[in-house]
Amino acid sequence: MPSEGYEEYLEGIYEIFGRDFVDAGIVSSQIKNGLKSRGITESIIRRVAVITFEAEVNIISYAHQGTISYYVLPDSIIIEAIDVGPGINDIELALQEGYSTADETIREMGFGAGMGLANIKKSSDSFEMSSVPGEGTRVKSTIWLKGKQQGEDVT
Amino acid sequence: MMTLETIAEKLSLKCKCCWENLNREVTGGYAGDLLSDVMANSEGGDIWVTRQVHQNIVAVAALKEHAGIIIVQGATPEQDTIDKAQKEGIPILISALPEFEVVGRIHRLLYPEQG
Repeated sequence: MPSEGYEEYLEGIYEIFGRDFVDAGIVSSQIKNGLKSRGITESIIRRVAVITFEAEVNIISYAHQGTISYYVLPDSIIIEAIDVGPGINDIELALQEGYSTADETIREMGFGAGMGLANIKKSSDSFEMSSVPGEGTRVKSTIWLKGKQQGEDVT
Repeated sequence: MMTLETIAEKLSLKCKCCWENLNREVTGGYAGDLLSDVMANSEGGDIWVTRQVHQNIVAVAALKEHAGIIIVQGATPEQDTIDKAQKEGIPILISALPEFEVVGRIHRLLYPEQG
């Protein structure tokens, strides 16, 4: 279960339902606005947006339901996506770019290219994932607010 | 400064919504139909060229702060897409041309020095 030791930094928790493609992006947009109002830098917000959007689309595409929470700590932002769903048997495989179990409906909308989890991992400074087949999946991303990552992200 | 309006004019694009935002600056471009690819690799200020017409393109464009979206091949965006774009203030423009042509022409406008 979520959040050992950082509960007090919870900024928002959002519920997401499987197959609700119409609302894809709404949670990401709310988190983005929340971080903007906290004065978080643009480059960090851009990375968080990739993480939350992909996490949102994953829950909508594959799970029955789930939540995305975000935490703003003094030195980092944590995004946690927890779902109730079929889970993932082989996490290594799921993380491989291009690997996807998406059906035709998902692919027709331009999702299901097998890039989602890889994008989340790439945008995170620290990435953890666990899953219990038949129960659900948990993804935790951490982005450091200071240090080399910010310097590297100059565009 | 290259604006959406100039691009719309030069490429004879049809504007489906958010005329009031056509004065926006276009600082670059991205072409793609895989939303994860666009999400990961496009930049704010880009004009996004795509063949997708469903409303999730607006979510991506809004999150990435794209200048606008061009839908190619004369495809018609779904009404939900236009409604959502209106809400987010993301101009949607339509071109009758295929994606390759649209991208080529915009590239020439944005980077004339590259020929």
